[in-house]
Amino acid sequence: MSYLKPALKHPGLPKNALGFTRRDYEGSISTLCAGCGHDSISAAIIQAVWELGIEPHRVAKVSGIGCSSKTPDYFLSSSHGFNSVHGRMPSVLTGANLANRDLIYLGVSGDGDSASIGIGQFAHLMRRGVNMSYIVENNGVYGLTKGQFSATSDKGSKAKKGAINRDEAIDLVAMALQLGATYVGRSFSGDKAQLVPLIKGALAHQGVALIDCISPCVAFNNHEGSTKSYDYVREHNESVNKLDVILGRAPITTQYAPGEVTEVTQHDGSVLRLRKLDEGYDPTDRVAAMNYLAQHKAMGEIVTGLLFVDPDAADLHAGLGTVATPLNQLGDEVLVPGAAALEKLNASLR
Amino acid sequence: MKPTDISAPSYFHKVVDCQWACPAHTPVPEYIRLISAGRYTDAYMVNWESNVFPGILGRTCDRPCEPACRRGRVEEEPVAICRLKRVAADNKDDVLARLTPIPATKNGKRVACIGAGPASLTVARDLAPLGYEIHVYDAEAKGGGFMWSQIPRFRLPESVIDEEVGYITNRGGVTTHYNTRVDSLKGMLAEGYDAVFVGCGAPRGRDLDVPGRKEAAANIHLGIEWLASVSFEHVTSIGRRVIVLGGGNTAMDCCRSARRLGGESVTVVVRSGFEEMKASPWEKEDAMHEGIPILNFLVPKEVLHEGGRLTGMVFEKVKAERDAKGRRQLVPSGEPDVTIECDDVLVAIGQENAFPWIERDIGLEFDRWGLPKLNEATFQSTVPNVFFGGDAAFGPKNIIWAVAHGHDAAISIDKFCQGQDVADRPDPLVKMASQKMGIHEWSYDNDVSIDLRFKVPHADPSESLRSIKAEVELGYDRELAFKEAQRCLNCDVQTVFAASLCIECDGCVDICPTDCITFTPNEEEEALRVALKAPAINKHQDLYVADGLKTGRVMVKDEDVCLHCGLCAERCPTGAWDMQKFFLQTAKTTNGVPACASR
Repeated sequence: MSYLKPALKHPGLPKNALGFTRRDYEGSISTLCAGCGHDSISAAIIQAVWELGIEPHRVAKVSGIGCSSKTPDYFLSSSHGFNSVHGRMPSVLTGANLANRDLIYLGVSGDGDSASIGIGQFAHLMRRGVNMSYIVENNGVYGLTKGQFSATSDKGSKAKKGAINRDEAIDLVAMALQLGATYVGRSFSGDKAQLVPLIKGALAHQGVALIDCISPCVAFNNHEGSTKSYDYVREHNESVNKLDVILGRAPITTQYAPGEVTEVTQHDGSVLRLRKLDEGYDPTDRVAAMNYLAQHKAMGEIVTGLLFVDPDAADLHAGLGTVATPLNQLGDEVLVPGAAALEKLNASLR
Repeated sequence: MKPTDISAPSYFHKVVDCQWACPAHTPVPEYIRLISAGRYTDAYMVNWESNVFPGILGRTCDRPCEPACRRGRVEEEPVAICRLKRVAADNKDDVLARLTPIPATKNGKRVACIGAGPASLTVARDLAPLGYEIHVYDAEAKGGGFMWSQIPRFRLPESVIDEEVGYITNRGGVTTHYNTRVDSLKGMLAEGYDAVFVGCGAPRGRDLDVPGRKEAAANIHLGIEWLASVSFEHVTSIGRRVIVLGGGNTAMDCCRSARRLGGESVTVVVRSGFEEMKASPWEKEDAMHEGIPILNFLVPKEVLHEGGRLTGMVFEKVKAERDAKGRRQLVPSGEPDVTIECDDVLVAIGQENAFPWIERDIGLEFDRWGLPKLNEATFQSTVPNVFFGGDAAFGPKNIIWAVAHGHDAAISIDKFCQGQDVADRPDPLVKMASQKMGIHEWSYDNDVSIDLRFKVPHADPSESLRSIKAEVELGYDRELAFKEAQRCLNCDVQTVFAASLCIECDGCVDICPTDCITFTPNEEEEALRVALKAPAINKHQDLYVADGLKTGRVMVKDEDVCLHCGLCAERCPTGAWDMQKFFLQTAKTTNGVPACASR
């Protein structure tokens, strides 16, 4: 088995604004099963970060435990990384973010890591609005332990060996909307045309961004009766819009009919240009989004696309009024003001 | 686009660019792998089957394979294919027992080969094992033709020629008539041969026509004649200052030979630009490395002489311009003429075919350039039992083309002698075999080396310039050969796609290091070529298109820069991609699949 990807590349590979090719954002070769949807998500992350022209050292990738949480090894090898405890990516990432808000935070997790052992962490990170992109590589199965149902397996879906799931599924998108996430999308690992811009928009978003990405497990959840297989997702995928992320103000070159396009300008100046695929869908209306999702879920559809975005999102730092400078750039006298300062603080609270 | 028919041999053959470019279609990656494995004799035999003269070609081939090599498109330089061939020849064991046996019982057919060069010898090699009685005629004292008389010994030692010519002439079935100049084709036909093959080369050097040429004739020599005289040791010295006219490989051989025979100041002068010279880049390099300047854009104007003795040459300075029709032409630049003093001039400005010995009343027709009218596929002339090949067929080319002609002519002669239709050509021998050995293991070495091309060690110029016979290139040793062989991308191990197994997971698309694979809605070729993950710019390489996918899209693979690393197949969960070794051997009399049998 190959453990190194050849360094030779296509001679015509384009370079981004920094002079890097996409290959410069790769990681080591994946050790996941061949055909794993997670590898496509890794490729989409590489593509998105390359397109945005982000210097790799400005990204911190944090993950928990599981197949999904292994993947940060397979992209952005020159970025910061922390492979944390099972389900604890949100708290580790929150801590890192509080200490240094200058980095771009990418949390990578799976359905077990986020919807089971880490669901409490997931919920609190969402409601606190940590400025990060939270990607759930959702395959609806415990792949590492050979195929048990996970907390996102749909009720009534069938395991590889034939067992029927009797428990209701946790819908992380619905939870995130309810918990106040300010950028919520769902996508499919087999549709990079949709996934790459969604990741780009999330990375540019200045608040908490969740992408629930359905990612078929080829080894344990890609059979007839599964609702997370390549075939099932392709058949039931209902995309509400098509996203383009525009950095700087690029002129609109394509002509759209009135009402066909929604533009959302985010805090960092990036523009999310949404071409509607469902006429009635408004991605800036949280309540409508929740209703729409619930209705279409009842119809057996998997709704994908950018489902909600709040262009005026605020993040945790805004709420806490923390110092803007990363802690590692502050001197000792500021970080440790001494006994007198402590005494003064204590006195003010008496 | 229409889905690709991968069962057509030419599709995957084109992907093996080196083999496609080789006139004799030598299975290059196959023998390079054998060299890596230390199986030099086997590597030699793969070559011998296809190109007949591996030791000779490993030193002298024009190597059309190397500019075609895929490695040159993803990295700086191609694999040193030609010099690896020499490694096989240098390190092989005795091969006599492995050569196709010559039957004691003859088939009763007699074939005459005129000239003992590579084309004739190939015909002899291909026909003798079938029981033909071959008679090879040559005016010189030994076989090899131009390989012997034109190529200087410092590039090709005599022992190598003797050995490989000997494999053909010394094993029975072939009778040599050396020191016998054939001066009448009519006479040859009268001797009752069933077929005659003309492989006598292009034996006349083009001459110079400028004022003073006749007066200074004693010191002006035609390049190929002079080289032959050097080879036969009739000439052992030359003047101190030498001008070589011409920019082809013969000119390079002339100047380097002159340098070894007393020419201290040797200058090559070419009419056109340095870049336009016909000589192979490495031959130009070798010449310059030996202190020989190459002056360009100089057209001979006059030969200077004093009392019947050559003293120098005058050249007009020119420049290249395009005329109204866009044709490139050389016009005077207006700069003053250049005079170069010299003691000898070697003229290597081209060769012409001449067939003074072929009677014009025997029904053999010539075209307006004085070349025989031939069927391009069969090499048959307008006299049905007379065939041509090598430089005698379509004008001066090189050894490897002569070999390719020889193979085809041998098939024609065999068919003709057996009363079959000469135009019905046999199909190549093609094999496809999966290289899969386990879940993620291949029977070929799929790691891609990132080493740059290794230089072939050369003898110290101060040593090699002392003797015309001291070989300049020393060849790779086994260790260097292994490393160089590892640079080969195994382009014959093909990526074969089965759409019915594909689940469209994108695993192959994501892993491919050179962005070769795209799943996309089908379009016309032009639109498709620019819509791929990385645009497919090399239009000489066909796209691999497969339909039958569940989403209705097509798989499109641009073969152009595929590294054949097998990662697509390793990351495929369903085995929709397989790595299969494609082996193609062009039809020869000794291996051919009869056209009717394979259809």
